[in-house]
Amino acid sequence: MSDNTNKTANTAGWRGALSGPLEAVRTHWDRAPGWERWAVYVLLIIGALFLPYEGLAPVMSPESAWSTILFYPIGIYVLLALGLNVVIGYAGMLDLGYVAFWAIGAYTMATMAVKHGIGFWPLLPCGIVLAAVSGVILGAPTLRLRGDYLAIVTLGFGEIVRKVAENTNWLGGTRGINNIPHPPSHEGVWFAGVDLFTYKIRDARPYYYLLVAVIVLVVIFSKRLEASRIGRSWTAIREDEDAAEIMGVPTFKFKLLSFATGAAIGGAAGVVFAAKTSYVAPANFPFLLSATILAAVVLGGAGNIPGVIVGAFLVAWLPERFRGLADYRDLAFGAILVAMMIFRPEGLIPSRQRKAEMAEGGGGMGHMGAEIDTSGSEAEVGSR
Amino acid sequence: MTGAIALGAAMALGAAACGSGDSGGGKDLTIAYIGVQTGDNSPELGINISNGVKLAIDQYNATNPKKKVKFKIYDTKGDPAVAPGQVQKAIDDDVTAVVGPVFSGESKATVPSLEEAEIPNISPSATSTALGKNGWKFWHRLISNDDAQGQVDGDFIVKTLGAKKVFVIDDNQEYSVGLADKVFSAVQAAGVTPQRDKIDPKATDYSSTVNKVKAAKPDAIFFGGYYNGGDKLLKQLRDGGVTAKFVSDDGALDQKLVDGAGTKQAEGALVSCACQSINPTADNPAVAKFINDYKTAFHKDQGTYSAEGYDATNAILDAFKAGKTTTKDVNDYLKTVNFQGVSKPVKFEPNGEIQVKTIYMFQVVDGKLKFLGDASKVKPE
Amino acid sequence: MLHDFTSQFWANTVDGLTVGSIYALVALGYTMVYGVLRLINFAHSEIFMIGTFGGLTLIQVVGFDNGPYTGIALVGVLLACLVASMVASGGAALLLELVAYRPLRRKGASRLAALISAIGASLFLQELFATTVIPHFFGHGGGRDPIHVPDLMKKETLFSIGSGDVRNDKLLIFVAAIVMMIVLDRFVNASKLGRGIRATAQDPETAVLLGVNIDRVVVVTFVVGGLMAGAAGFFFALLYQQTMFNIGFILGIKAFTAAVLGGIGNLRGALVGGFTLGLIENYGGSIFGSEWKDVIAFTLLVVILLFRPTGILGESLQQARA
Repeated sequence: MSDNTNKTANTAGWRGALSGPLEAVRTHWDRAPGWERWAVYVLLIIGALFLPYEGLAPVMSPESAWSTILFYPIGIYVLLALGLNVVIGYAGMLDLGYVAFWAIGAYTMATMAVKHGIGFWPLLPCGIVLAAVSGVILGAPTLRLRGDYLAIVTLGFGEIVRKVAENTNWLGGTRGINNIPHPPSHEGVWFAGVDLFTYKIRDARPYYYLLVAVIVLVVIFSKRLEASRIGRSWTAIREDEDAAEIMGVPTFKFKLLSFATGAAIGGAAGVVFAAKTSYVAPANFPFLLSATILAAVVLGGAGNIPGVIVGAFLVAWLPERFRGLADYRDLAFGAILVAMMIFRPEGLIPSRQRKAEMAEGGGGMGHMGAEIDTSGSEAEVGSR
Repeated sequence: MTGAIALGAAMALGAAACGSGDSGGGKDLTIAYIGVQTGDNSPELGINISNGVKLAIDQYNATNPKKKVKFKIYDTKGDPAVAPGQVQKAIDDDVTAVVGPVFSGESKATVPSLEEAEIPNISPSATSTALGKNGWKFWHRLISNDDAQGQVDGDFIVKTLGAKKVFVIDDNQEYSVGLADKVFSAVQAAGVTPQRDKIDPKATDYSSTVNKVKAAKPDAIFFGGYYNGGDKLLKQLRDGGVTAKFVSDDGALDQKLVDGAGTKQAEGALVSCACQSINPTADNPAVAKFINDYKTAFHKDQGTYSAEGYDATNAILDAFKAGKTTTKDVNDYLKTVNFQGVSKPVKFEPNGEIQVKTIYMFQVVDGKLKFLGDASKVKPE
Repeated sequence: MLHDFTSQFWANTVDGLTVGSIYALVALGYTMVYGVLRLINFAHSEIFMIGTFGGLTLIQVVGFDNGPYTGIALVGVLLACLVASMVASGGAALLLELVAYRPLRRKGASRLAALISAIGASLFLQELFATTVIPHFFGHGGGRDPIHVPDLMKKETLFSIGSGDVRNDKLLIFVAAIVMMIVLDRFVNASKLGRGIRATAQDPETAVLLGVNIDRVVVVTFVVGGLMAGAAGFFFALLYQQTMFNIGFILGIKAFTAAVLGGIGNLRGALVGGFTLGLIENYGGSIFGSEWKDVIAFTLLVVILLFRPTGILGESLQQARA
């Protein structure tokens, strides 16, 4: 893994020549030997494992149960942001109905477990596959559309999924589905005072660890994808779809793959979420959540996994930490989105490649108004 | 089993956990309000309740009891996804008893946690019938369920109003659908086959619903849902020339129904509730005192479910007065509690449902919601 | 079911055309901005929302709240409120272009960035109203509660077509929408500025060479779209007598659907798309139940984009005459 990452990071490295402490760390990281990278990865995972430590709670969330909000919203947002990152960050497509896939995963778990008594573990792959398939079903016809049409169609899709769940009795209607069973427990495996595999109602920590495991897998998976031929194709599509097509990249196929991958990750998040909360209802899946996850990805730095994780963490955690200001959360998100796009479109912790693209005015869906820019500013007017 | 987990957790991580310890002895007595306070989901309703709770606790503490009772608010925003973090926080904070959760959706998501933590909880307002069928031992509610209200409303429409044609509409929300279904079947059982449609409370244009109603020419319309949606529907029905009697439920029992629909349009609308807290009969001195105290404390009139919140709190405070201070003892005491509250006689059935299931009827008269009385007995003109 | 559809056909036609008029006026803004900038102005729905509050402000400030009015007074009050709404929305659209979009255009930013900025602006405006504007100027504290609009006119049925009662306010909205549409069509086709807009939509680079001031064209496009949305906002407030901070969200998507349906970039397409969507929604609601209205509208959007992405009348502003 480290080898591949190394290569892409190095090739990306020459572009971002800006200085700053972040850049220094970045440069060091690019040249770091394999063992150092692995050491950091392991430390990060250990850090995640000790995050639910109760001593942190008074600092991190004085007004909510820390381990519970670590699962939702924080953990779930991180996972969803990682999934959406594959679509927006890698392939440069805007999906405004991303929660729909989360909903599909959650409803798979809810209906199959409650009505047919199927357990969590068989349903996890089911939910993932079902979400991916709906991603393909939605994507196959719509991905041929221009990027901004795609955004609106996905928005419509998100609303359709929610409305259908509301109006369909079999899915519990607006009343939702409750008494969803928890994953089966294996008692007696203790870690830091947590019975790791005992999935009961109250203790959120085993679920949190389950979620961490899923997130680690998704991160590894995303990294591998990013560094593979698929990832390079996505980059090509994001930078200039027409050029990519001419260069022999089957753009449609790879866009579909990106869409399905993102959907699958959303589905996984849905299954885990439903298994923990034991209750799902259409109200859990509003458009605003899609916008929130989008804000997380953009804020952190689309295309860069550490950035996306930090972005999602902040977006989920800050409103819980400062509950008094929670009413102004979405106001701030809106302002941040606009300001970020104007001043730092690459996000807080961007990937270098992405940053370079953004500076050039690329980074997905072509240029806006570049063709009519008369200011003669420093902007490079693209070839189109 | 759960004890083992809790104990293990406490041993490893409990260093900073605040004041957990053996039950009894010097333990704080805390009553938690768990429900909406801010956000999109009728925060006023939640504030009505939490004010009722606060009033009861303040009055109790003013009597200088041996141990003063603490009050904590846990704001779920009425969102079933947010509620678990707040309920878990309440459990971690070792609260003694809970007033809430306020809505049915968040109840479904969180009462199992309270049940496992063995914390007695009384909802002043969650009316979903399904809640009472889970075999929960620590759960109670101070309001009768949708089935009770739906049956009474259905009978009221057919027998009292004498409607020959009925149209049932709901706003497709968690609470409304069950209620409207029950009204539908009650009307059907009384020999009238109603027609049915749904509205989206977030939409504004209800013309296709209005057109269905106009074509059906009903004598009475039942609307199951909240005032936000009900007001627009009522306005568009009246503006569209529909004159049928409009009957709705506790979710619509708010002056905002009249404000939104317009005084002229809302005139004569009937609203039922298992509560009698708006314009209650003031000849009861205890009720009059409650209304007055509430106004003094919060500088506004008590609203829907304030009295239920107040009564639920007093039931818990009674347990404290009787020397019950552990969660289990309080819960056992609640099984036997029996007193006349300001909203209704407070006595629970073994499954946690309130025993007295009287439904009251209100009517908009001169732009104000007026209390009529027991819905099974009143005769509105 | 189907019986409902036939028996309420005319009633739903009248209401479909009324709500379709509002969709059409809002759709104009989407269509014009898209035609010139190739940008989905996601925040246009909030421009509409601000329009609903524009008239309300005048009603509150001047005290037009002891209606209903009749005769000349009615005409005056309606016109004044209409203008107030249009000014509010036009101004907001101007600000939006200056603050949220112009810097991005200057940088030649990606269209993904522009769209995200638009979503951000939309969220910001909604929340600004919910947390600040409504509690301070319109509400009694609850910024997320619906705000009631007082009676301006007495709503009476003028005549009936089958089951459809044609009410005075509905007829007014329908006629006004068509008149505004004709005026706008003339403006774009016959005025100098209109020619600039069409030229830019057709070929921006050539337009610049021919001396068209692009910044001015963009501003005019936003402002004209905003004026139309403001008018729609006033008619909405007149018809439903209620508004709230997020009133634009669903309506905005519907109006965008209408724009795509008619052929985005095409002015007359917006009118056709608006009416078509309004009718299909109401007919569909009467057949399948009103709770399926939104699903019908969004499914229609997906289907149109799949099978005829250029819409009923075909795309692009320069073909407006076709």
